[in-house]
Amino acid sequence: MTATQGDDAGTTVASPAEPDAAGGATSGETSGKTSSETSGRTSGETGGGAGPRSRRRSSGRLEALALPITWLVVIVVFSVAETDTFFTGANASSILASQAVLVVVTLGLIVPLIAGDFDLSVGSVVGMSALTIAILNVQHHWPVGVAIVVALAVGVVVGLVNGALTVLLGIDSLIVTLGMSTLLSGVALWVSDANTITGVSQSLIDIVITYRLAGIPMEFYYAVILALILWYVFQFTPLGQRLLVAGRNREVARLSGMRVATLRIGAMVTSSFVAAVGGVLIVGTSGSAGPTTGVDLLLPAFAAAFLGSTTIKPGRFNPWGTVIAVYFLVTGITGLQLLGLASFVQNLFYGGALILAVSFSQIVRRRQLKRGN
Amino acid sequence: MPQTDAPRTDVRPTPLVRINGLTKIFGGQRALDGVDLTIMPGEIHGLLGENGSGKSTLIKVLSGFHEPDEGTLEVSGVDVPLPLAPGQYRRLGFEFVHQDLGLVPSLSVTENLYLGEIAQARRSVLFSWRAARARARQTFERYGIDLDPSASVDEIRPVERAMLAIVRAVESLGGKESRDGDLLILDEPTVFLPEQEVGLLFSLMRRIRADGSSVLFVSHDLDEVREITDRVTVLRDGRTSGTVDTASASSRDLVKMIIGHDLADHVSDVAAAPTGKRVVLSVRGLTGGYLTDVGFDLHEGEVLGFAGLMGSGYEDVVYALFGADPGTSGSLALDGRTAEASALSPRRAMSLGMALVPGDRKNHGSVATLSMAENINLTVLDRHFLGGRLRKGRLRANAQQLISEFDVRPALPDLDYGSFSGGNQQKALMAKWQQIRPKVLLLHEPTQGVDVGARQQIFDMIRRSTATGATICASSDFEQLEAICDRVGIFVRGRLVTFVSGADITKARIADLCHGQTSASVPHTS
Repeated sequence: MTATQGDDAGTTVASPAEPDAAGGATSGETSGKTSSETSGRTSGETGGGAGPRSRRRSSGRLEALALPITWLVVIVVFSVAETDTFFTGANASSILASQAVLVVVTLGLIVPLIAGDFDLSVGSVVGMSALTIAILNVQHHWPVGVAIVVALAVGVVVGLVNGALTVLLGIDSLIVTLGMSTLLSGVALWVSDANTITGVSQSLIDIVITYRLAGIPMEFYYAVILALILWYVFQFTPLGQRLLVAGRNREVARLSGMRVATLRIGAMVTSSFVAAVGGVLIVGTSGSAGPTTGVDLLLPAFAAAFLGSTTIKPGRFNPWGTVIAVYFLVTGITGLQLLGLASFVQNLFYGGALILAVSFSQIVRRRQLKRGN
Repeated sequence: MPQTDAPRTDVRPTPLVRINGLTKIFGGQRALDGVDLTIMPGEIHGLLGENGSGKSTLIKVLSGFHEPDEGTLEVSGVDVPLPLAPGQYRRLGFEFVHQDLGLVPSLSVTENLYLGEIAQARRSVLFSWRAARARARQTFERYGIDLDPSASVDEIRPVERAMLAIVRAVESLGGKESRDGDLLILDEPTVFLPEQEVGLLFSLMRRIRADGSSVLFVSHDLDEVREITDRVTVLRDGRTSGTVDTASASSRDLVKMIIGHDLADHVSDVAAAPTGKRVVLSVRGLTGGYLTDVGFDLHEGEVLGFAGLMGSGYEDVVYALFGADPGTSGSLALDGRTAEASALSPRRAMSLGMALVPGDRKNHGSVATLSMAENINLTVLDRHFLGGRLRKGRLRANAQQLISEFDVRPALPDLDYGSFSGGNQQKALMAKWQQIRPKVLLLHEPTQGVDVGARQQIFDMIRRSTATGATICASSDFEQLEAICDRVGIFVRGRLVTFVSGADITKARIADLCHGQTSASVPHTS
């Protein structure tokens, strides 16, 4: 029958493309060509669509703004509780800049997520990129510009390997990138001799954190620029629309004339490349890189990506939702730490946020399905 | 005509199964309308009928899936109250093998054979695979099947899979001395088998009959039913058209029972091609999947229908032409541009001027969780990417305009596609593809799951689109082909065997030809 009649449908672990249905088989392909429609639907039934729609619109708007509103509430609460330390310009600037790397990595991550693939290697790519720069610049005395180019190239290569294995061999992206992540952390330990390498060129540090605009280090603006670029691509180009469709249903994308393989590989390359940019920023922030640099970014990135998909455009991974989600999480953690809670708060918050975000989306999804039918 | 009741007068014992007046109503439609069926012990009984004649509903009543509205069931002379409880069919000695066989392809033959046993886990913790393999080997020997118990099911031939499923079904009825009183129900087991291998399956069925079981063989293939069955019951429009001794009925008799009237005398089909019209698409030697050497010409302004029985490959042509089925060979020429079928992709096919509205709307045609406008606009994104940005306003206006032109209701482009009714979803898909003005529009079951009003609208759309191009419509709905086609190509076992055209296109005529009752030479226009 059609090309989709294959056993490969079974290898779909979970499709990330539709954050609402996390764990649902959105890209699951059925073997039959003809699906039986639920009979008995008549055109008359859909006549009164205006009522539910307007209701849905207003509830949708509230849903879209729930996270930003909660964020503001959190800020107010901590400001009242901790006027001296929390509600200060220095703290705001510190929060905005210190999490720029996480924003960048998460923004890269949502690209394959939209296209229906996971990338668990972003954290390791950040580390690999940072180490590459540190080793070339500090130990081999290469100019920092050249070192950065090499680091970005490493990101692209990793993305190509991830994409090729996932798409061309049809292996689940979850497995491919999990392996890649572990492999890269092994390489990182090896090439760094398990040492942290310090002393990266000051010029890099200058353009990342020393220079400031409106009191906020440049790092923050780089993240904002990346969000702007992704917003443009997702919102205003056919490419963004195609990525979305390819993630939701590969067969529909293919039968609509899209190059699904190219799109998916491109998405994996993008997330790795952007993670490598994150590596540049991390070296520029601390002036050093070690064997475990970047690894702890993976879970926060996933938490923020899924939490971000519940806001601004609920049900879709989107750049501004991602940015807000990152800062919401960080605000909460910083506030609690200032209140004197220990560092366990961080894991508690990120892990809890990931689970809550996914559960919340699932509930919304079910409600929508019920209404849709 | 040996139509009915003839076998009842003989001296055979109590019927194994006697069904009387079985009626099942779905939303006012009588899927079964007083069906009678009698199966004797130790016979292979054929159940024939067209799609929608009630075969599958009848079987689903026997498996306890459907609750009948009326009717009685007797098993070995004992009344059994209907509906059957879930799983009750096993206690009655019924066992089913469905068309999909229910095997797990990645497991071995032995694992599949004892799947039920393992699932029930009566044998406590330990299960000896060595013993199981030995048992499997013995079982296959007993049935005269040459099958390696350790082979993986996805490596064995299709006919071997079918035999494995049948043996598993029979064995699951328990290792009794005698199989008297068992009924094996085979639901279209031969549809996906190569012709030359069907014989193997028949040998197995005869052996099962020799053990004392009865077999109900559901099929729409006349030749197979005539070869293997002892008696045959024909259903038509939910009623028993008749039961006959197979040996005493000719193919013509059976076809008359299936379609309800005599065959028209054979009309010459050779003048099938519309004369004088320019050829838009010319296809030669399309082979692969179910298709064998399919060739035809499609003319400007023509609606060409393709029909056939399940497994005949009639619907595969549209997918092959659109490059959706890799592994098809052959060549095609569209408006002077030629292409090899093996090198086609949907993208390439679109650039040649083709469009495909697939039969599986949900999985292949649309993204239910995206909006109506997003689904419709998929084919024209590049057109509205101007000055470096996608013109959202223009896209929305485009969708809004198409929605009103194609009468999609409610006319709300932002609503999720999945929340529209089947007919409106299908109209939207027609809009999605017709806006690129394809030279050749390929359709598969364009009105499946579509209400009556929308159906007529879709017919009009097909007509309108064909005014500027040509359409190929593969459908199992012969009435629809009668309504919209200028010419209908008939597929039998992967080959395009003949065409009907003009006034000859009737539901009955198409059905005749699909059952392979008239063999005219293929009017190749090459």
